[in-house]
Amino acid sequence: MGEEVKVFGYWASPYSYRAELALKLKGVSYEYINEDIFGNKIDLLLKYNPVHKKVPILLHNGKSIVESVVILEYIEETWKHNLYLPQDPYDKATARFWIKFIDEKNEREKVTNEACEYMKTLESALNGKKFFGGETIGMVDIVASSVGYFIRVTQEIMGLNLLSADKFPQLFQWSEDFANCSIVKESLPPRDKLLPFVKGLIAKYQQDNAKA
Amino acid sequence: MAEEVVLLDFWPSPFGMRSRIALAEKGIKYEHKEEDLRNKSALLLQMNPVHKKIPVLIHNGKPVCESLIQVQYIDEVWHDKAPLLPSDPYQKATARFWADYVDKKIYEVGGRVWKTKGEKQATAKKELIETLKLLEKELGDKPYFGGESLGYVDVAFIPFYSWFYALEKCGNFSIEAECPKLIAWAKRCMQKESVAKSLPDQQKVYDFILEMKKHFGIE
Repeated sequence: MGEEVKVFGYWASPYSYRAELALKLKGVSYEYINEDIFGNKIDLLLKYNPVHKKVPILLHNGKSIVESVVILEYIEETWKHNLYLPQDPYDKATARFWIKFIDEKNEREKVTNEACEYMKTLESALNGKKFFGGETIGMVDIVASSVGYFIRVTQEIMGLNLLSADKFPQLFQWSEDFANCSIVKESLPPRDKLLPFVKGLIAKYQQDNAKA
Repeated sequence: MAEEVVLLDFWPSPFGMRSRIALAEKGIKYEHKEEDLRNKSALLLQMNPVHKKIPVLIHNGKPVCESLIQVQYIDEVWHDKAPLLPSDPYQKATARFWADYVDKKIYEVGGRVWKTKGEKQATAKKELIETLKLLEKELGDKPYFGGESLGYVDVAFIPFYSWFYALEKCGNFSIEAECPKLIAWAKRCMQKESVAKSLPDQQKVYDFILEMKKHFGIE
């Protein structure tokens, strides 16, 4: 039976990036549709994600799966090769713990100076390994791409250099190794496009806050 | 090999209740250790150094933190009895979605109901009812969120039922009036020994909330 796999995402979204990377790691062909989440075309979002109205949305043979971590777990369980979660229940629980940790803290906290504790703790999860998943990219790495790539860009724009080689050498090295993997690079939004986009978002945010 | 299972817990915590229910559903014998959150034990600080929170499940000396992660772990390790998650990936994803929804909304919104007054409280009450109605809609005509038997979403959600009386008293409203099917579901869950044994008495929870309010200076 032909598999129909679609991802509705947004090019600059770290969450929709996760879904794409997971499918790429499994070698699953999919159709990517960019949704203009800032525009008014939200019909598809309302149809497939009525509760949260967000991307990413994974459509597999007509069935929709939403929330990036739920999507990652679904992909892992549906395409049972190139596994990115450990098989052992305890190791799996540990991976899930780190995934929750990465996502839990408010995004803003991660880019400001309060991020130090966060970075330190995350670095401890690496514990001398090349990737969070060990020798190869695992689910924690996929989720941590938000920190390793997207937040690095945001920090740069804000003139903060939190994820630096001298402050967090292991984590910095991980973010370099991760971003240099060809499979990772394939669907990362290019820096020269992402930088002005995030700049615009930050400017808008500051503007809105100044008005309030 | 003898299994050693310990649960570091705090009696009114809905998160602790989740793990209690999961362990009971599987018939697992464990040692329940009550924590004083104002004076956390060395064991708790050692087993959950990142968050220093309960519940912590300690299995043969190794800690598992975060309640939903614990429930999944329990389901995977003791997989031959009372499965909580479905085996079909799509149904599993649906269960994970709704458990995540409960996690994101109920505790925070419910918290605002007892912590605030006036307009803020009115907003919180409205949001809580909307959230509960959405869950009620998802339940539909099924006896449990898990279908014919107690499942992952039921375990994730039912602990908050023990807080309903306290929220109703603090907010001066009736959840049953707004969501009768949901209350019927809750009462159905309470018929199960694993749930009844794991949830504290609602009056006790209310007394606890009143103490918290005094402690935080909330009228």
